[in-house]
Parts: sequence; C-alpha cells; structure tokens
Amino acid sequence: MRQRYSIFSLARNALGFHRNWQRVWRSPPLRDAYDVVIVGAGGHGLAAAYYLAHNHGVTDVAVLDRGWLGGGNIARNTVTIRSNYLRDESIPFFAKSVELYKGLSRELNYNLMFSQRGMIDVVQTYPRLRDLTRRMLAMDIHGSTYRRISVAEVRRRIPPLTGGGPDARMPIIAAMVHPDAAVARHDAVAWGLARAADSYGVALHQNTPVRSLLRGPHGGISGVETERGTIRANKVAVAVSGHTTTITETAGLRLPLKSYNLSAFVSEPVKPLINVVVNCPDIGVYLSQSDKGELVVGGETDPQQSFRRGIKEAVFEDAAAAMLDLFPSFKRLKLLRQWGGCLDFAHDASPIVSATDIPGLFVSAGWWGGFKAVPVGGLTLAHLIATGRPHPLIEPFSLKRFERLEFILESGTTSTR
Amino acid sequence: MLTIPCPWCGDRHESEFFCGGAYEKARPARPETLSDEAWVDYVTVSPNPAGPLVERWWHQRGCGLWFFLERDTLTHDIRPLFDGEDHEPR
Repeated sequence: MRQRYSIFSLARNALGFHRNWQRVWRSPPLRDAYDVVIVGAGGHGLAAAYYLAHNHGVTDVAVLDRGWLGGGNIARNTVTIRSNYLRDESIPFFAKSVELYKGLSRELNYNLMFSQRGMIDVVQTYPRLRDLTRRMLAMDIHGSTYRRISVAEVRRRIPPLTGGGPDARMPIIAAMVHPDAAVARHDAVAWGLARAADSYGVALHQNTPVRSLLRGPHGGISGVETERGTIRANKVAVAVSGHTTTITETAGLRLPLKSYNLSAFVSEPVKPLINVVVNCPDIGVYLSQSDKGELVVGGETDPQQSFRRGIKEAVFEDAAAAMLDLFPSFKRLKLLRQWGGCLDFAHDASPIVSATDIPGLFVSAGWWGGFKAVPVGGLTLAHLIATGRPHPLIEPFSLKRFERLEFILESGTTSTR
Repeated sequence: MLTIPCPWCGDRHESEFFCGGAYEKARPARPETLSDEAWVDYVTVSPNPAGPLVERWWHQRGCGLWFFLERDTLTHDIRPLFDGEDHEPR
C-alpha cells in the first residue's frame, strides 16, 4: 500500500488541508499482453485480482471494465451478506464468505463498514416454516446458525413490524434469526479491493468494453478484443454477472444461465428504526436500514428474462404493497431512489466457478445476489486461475455438474432468500 | 407493466399471464435416441440473448391459452408470433 489509512494519516492530512492525499489506484496505460485478463471490475473480478496477487503472487493481471470501476452490480444490490443456504456444498462456501468479510476491512486497510447485525426471516405460512426449519437443521450440521423465535420476540426486536396480526390475511406465525448475516458498504468493497489489488501491481482499466473473446489456433483462449484494441492473454476469466453469456457466446460457449432484472429502492433517511436485516419471504420483500438512515428495500425479480437495468413499475408496486402489509407506518415515507441490476441465474440456482471447455477460459457466474460471496468467489476463482485446479470449496460448483445432472438445487434459498 | 397480446383475448395486462420461458426448439420426439450431451444441452441450456427472444406465455388468469411471442430483453418490445394450429412459432 503506497499510503496506509489510519487515525494518524487522517490527522496529518487534515493539518495539510487534505491537499496531499494520493490517488487510491493508478490508471496505467493499456498494454497489449498480460498473463491474466479478468473481464469485469465488479466485486468478484476485483476480489479475484486481489487474491491472485495476495495469495498466489500473480500480479501481471489486467482487470477490464466496460464502465467505471464499481459501477455495475456491485453498486446495484442491497448489500446483504448471509449464509443461510440448504445444501451441504453451499453452506460451508457461504459461511466462509462471511468469515472472510469479517477480516477484510483490516486486511485491506479500508473500512468496508461491515456490520454483522443479523437477519430475521418473518414467517407467515406453515410450508415456509417447515422449509426454514429444514434449513435450520441443515445449517446446524455445518455450524452456521439459524434459530426460531416467537412472534412476541420478533415484534420486540423489530418495533415497526406492526402488521401481520392475528386478523391479517397472512398473520405472522414465527420468525427465524440468522445472526451471522451482515451488511457492508458496497462502494467500499469495490474500492478497497481495487486499491489493494492495484498496490500489488494489478492494472485496472476502466471504460474498456470487451467485444469478444479470441481463440488461438489450437482452440485455447488467446486474448480479448476490446474497444481499445486487442489484448493477448493465455488465461481469461469472465466475471460480468448478467452479461456472461453475451461474452462467452463470442467464443462459441453456451452456458446454462439466464439473465434477469432484480430491483431495489431506498426511502428518505429516518432516525434509527431497524437494526437487523428483515426478510419477509412469504410476501416477497426484504429491507434494512443503512447507516445514513435510509430504508433499503428489495423485492422479487422481474419474472421474465431481461437485460434491463431499470425497475419495472409492477415489480416496484408489489414490493411496496407487500412492505406496507407488515410495516403500515412506512406509508408516509417518501422513496428517493430506485435501481435495477441485470444478473444471471444458473439452471440449478447455484453459482458457477469453473474452467470451461475452452482451455484458459474461466467463468464466475450465476451468483444471483453475488455481493455476499465477493471474498470467497474471488478467493476460489483466483485459486482456479493460478493453479488450474478448483479450490476444494468450489469443486462441486463446476460446469461438470450439469453434464452429470448433479445439480445443487438452491432455488428458493437463492432467489427468495 | 407489459401489455401482452393474447391471440384470443387481445391486449391484456401482464399480471394475467405466466411466462413459460424461452423457446428455442421443440422437445425431441424421441429423447432416448439422443446422446447424453444433446439431452443435457436440451434440458439445461436455453437461449439468453440481449435482444429479441422467443417465449411461450400462458394466459393463466384468462382464457388459458398457451402461445408464442417475441420479446426484446433490452427494450421489452413485443411482437406476436402465433400460429393457432400447430402451436409452433411462425
């Protein structure tokens, strides 16, 4: 790190009227060859670049982004980090991500504003309760915590939760607490990883859209064609969320992925009101309160495949109506901003971190809500790129699982949280 | 809210419909004759273009008809594609 952040650097720069802060990362000239090219400077691409340099000493790496750094889905999510999954393969993987997140602010010397505040699932139907109880038992085996609390307890912990009484259409019947769940500042995750990767010599190239993947005479990957010219590399990793198939199809690789639009919105800032992430899976809405006091609200996806980044009025209306069912006092809140992201979903709703049939081409895709998995996704992708072998945590998540129909079914735990 | 052109009922609100997903090719008539790779490909991989996409839609809360349309995944532009008899897109 050229410039470490601390209370002393803050004081020193305050005395210098903040005129001596260094740039957080460089903008080096684009070379025509690198050892590794990572397409996509989002959470997963930057984390992979960081771990490639930090864990494996691979620093001749270029991270390319079509827009500005941290402007894609890393800026278009609801910052929830959790590990309440169902399958034996998934739980340890996402639990590792929470563990890495915990130490990441210190490791990167960058405040990610990580806040392990826990998540509460509000349960309104008996099938859901049975399903979440099953998840609780599965998570118990792997040491990730999920436990049931009473209706009185959930109302005590979430004071504005006044709807869903005994006379409501869907009364609250129980709740589940996931204490490991957390939130973090999304921009800080991108900027902290970018700064750390840059300090190892990784080259970050913004505004460098990749047009296509290039293959050499023997079929292996030989580089990428960008709008700023051709870049040669024998290893290319694609970490572009919803646009994965758009990129891989330029090399003739079809993947079992579909892209969808997921949207969210925030209210005006209010005083501290809710100190956990609240998820209401039966009515399809979840929310948390940011450090600025805004309520960050997310709903269901747009039900058809979509590459749009807007928010569809019908989806927005459903989420707002669902929220008011349980939180009637939010009726007078004004909504400030709304956004949508284009994200991809694998056939079995589990992520893909894998080598492909094209030698030298790696994909990290199908993350759906990929924010929670940024550190572990980067760690395992870096391991795969550097060693050519999958990291033990990610071995079950390769593309091979589709050939053998060995799905890791997480629909229901991935999409509706 | 999208306006979906049902071949029987005319233009109706999206909320009455269920999107049956992308349509690329008919289900193989004799799956047992396919190679494993071809069958896995048919089962797991479906088209995902950033642009026009042929889909099947079901007028679930209406007349119950299944039909085809082409929808652009970037603009939501919709083009009807119904051929009443054989239920295959034109």
